[in-house]
Amino acid sequence: MSGSVVVENLVKIYGDLHAVDDLSFEVGPGEVLGFLGPNGAGKSTTMKIITGFLPPTSGRVSVCGHPVATEPQEAKKCLGYLPEGAPAYSEMTPWQFLNFVADIRRPENRRERLDWVIGQLGLEPVLHRPVDTLSKGYRRRVGLAQAMLHDPRVLIMDEPTDGLDPNQKRQVRDFINEMAHDKTIIISTHILEEVEAICTRAIIVSEGKILVDESPEELRRRSRYCNAVTIQAQLKEPVRAALGELEDVAVVEPERNQGLTLIPRRGCMLEDAVRDVLLRHNLKEVPLHIQAGRLDDVFHSLTHNIHE
Amino acid sequence: MNNLLAILRRELIGYFQTPVAYVFIMIFLLLSGALSFYLGNFYEREQADLGAFFTFHPWLYLFLVPAISMRLWAEERKTGSIELLITLPVTVFEAVLGKFLAAWIFTGIALLLTFPIWLTVNYLGDPDNGIILGAYFGSFLMAGGFMAIGACISATTRNQVVAFILSLVTCFLFLLSGFPLVLDFFQLWLPQPVVDTIASLSFLTHFSSINKGVIDLRDLSYFVILISVWLYANMIVVRARKAA
Repeated sequence: MSGSVVVENLVKIYGDLHAVDDLSFEVGPGEVLGFLGPNGAGKSTTMKIITGFLPPTSGRVSVCGHPVATEPQEAKKCLGYLPEGAPAYSEMTPWQFLNFVADIRRPENRRERLDWVIGQLGLEPVLHRPVDTLSKGYRRRVGLAQAMLHDPRVLIMDEPTDGLDPNQKRQVRDFINEMAHDKTIIISTHILEEVEAICTRAIIVSEGKILVDESPEELRRRSRYCNAVTIQAQLKEPVRAALGELEDVAVVEPERNQGLTLIPRRGCMLEDAVRDVLLRHNLKEVPLHIQAGRLDDVFHSLTHNIHE
Repeated sequence: MNNLLAILRRELIGYFQTPVAYVFIMIFLLLSGALSFYLGNFYEREQADLGAFFTFHPWLYLFLVPAISMRLWAEERKTGSIELLITLPVTVFEAVLGKFLAAWIFTGIALLLTFPIWLTVNYLGDPDNGIILGAYFGSFLMAGGFMAIGACISATTRNQVVAFILSLVTCFLFLLSGFPLVLDFFQLWLPQPVVDTIASLSFLTHFSSINKGVIDLRDLSYFVILISVWLYANMIVVRARKAA
């Protein structure tokens, strides 16, 4: 399919380490795939193989219908890549650097594309300063500009917001969201809020294997906090006891200020039952917060066994 | 071809954007001048030629070329920009050749800037300018030989100091391979034909005839083949060691 990335049975072995272990997935236009996993899970290695930097030990990758192994130039032409840490030639200015990339990428209407990426990423103020004098945020934006310059159909970004401050993170995410509608985007991250903010799909890898491949909502539903009810109010002991005795409550966790969180048994809804209890105790006004589920909890429960 | 030129241009911008270019050119000009006048007895020889000038070029290149070549690949590996370069739609061949040519052209610029000594000798006497031109050409070719060795070695490491020292030692072996210092070592355990081959690899032997104004096809092809072989090795190293 045009504009898509297909990975089949990818394996990469370093010595006796299986960095990537039989990975298969397919991403198409309009999808933003979040590649999640603990450090050393094989995220970066997979991206380096997709972009043609590393050869796989076995397995196939194709980008926009071009097999990376046999048509590397064609595959590289239709993808933009932001390597980990957004390396650039530090002695050059962003202007020189982007022109170098444009010399090689040769986009149609080169001048307009250059103006567009410079404008989109707000690079004007630093355009003629050497890259090694720029802040981390600007360097990352130079890296993004380089990856976007030829308006690629496939964008691959290794930890695009790593090391940025919250405002810069937001800018980069907004930028990715804007790009998302017609491109195939793969980002790797270990920041879970990022998955919620921009991804339409998440793959969690650990030790080179795919553990789950589903939407962020589905992922959140795996959390034991999904549909948990949090009450942020001082509750008297009888109320607490009554809530704890509800049939569908699995665990009661204390919150700050004597509030509590009731975690339901799998698949159960607690809200109505909790409201009943509160009504019976004349606590109609107490606000309830129904949780959607916590990704960090899912991430932890999926990957922690391996690390212990 | 366009890619090759783009890489070449980028490398040259890199040199002149940093003090590297200016320091290198200054030192090259100062040393080549000082050596010809003080050690080479440029005046005392009372000969209208540039023998005193070119004699020291192999020794200058021995130190200065590795100083240029050490960063060619080691720096890209260190900063990770190699990942960027290789994932652009360029071939390894274009990257290797573009980088090498940029560095070689850069030493060529330094060499051209020694023209005042050529003016001096023409002012003082009536030299054979054909010989001088040939010697300039030979010196440039030899610089290319050193540069190809250095470029290949630079690709094997991410540490520029290691690249510098290894290149210097390798260049030194090539420079002196026709001399007892190197040959005695090989004579102990290698058959004579192999030792003869090693002896024929000497930069100094090939350069000295060019320096005298004799442009022999064998000397030319020696440097061309040497450069090609090392650049080919450079491509193999880049392909193999991307990961490390």
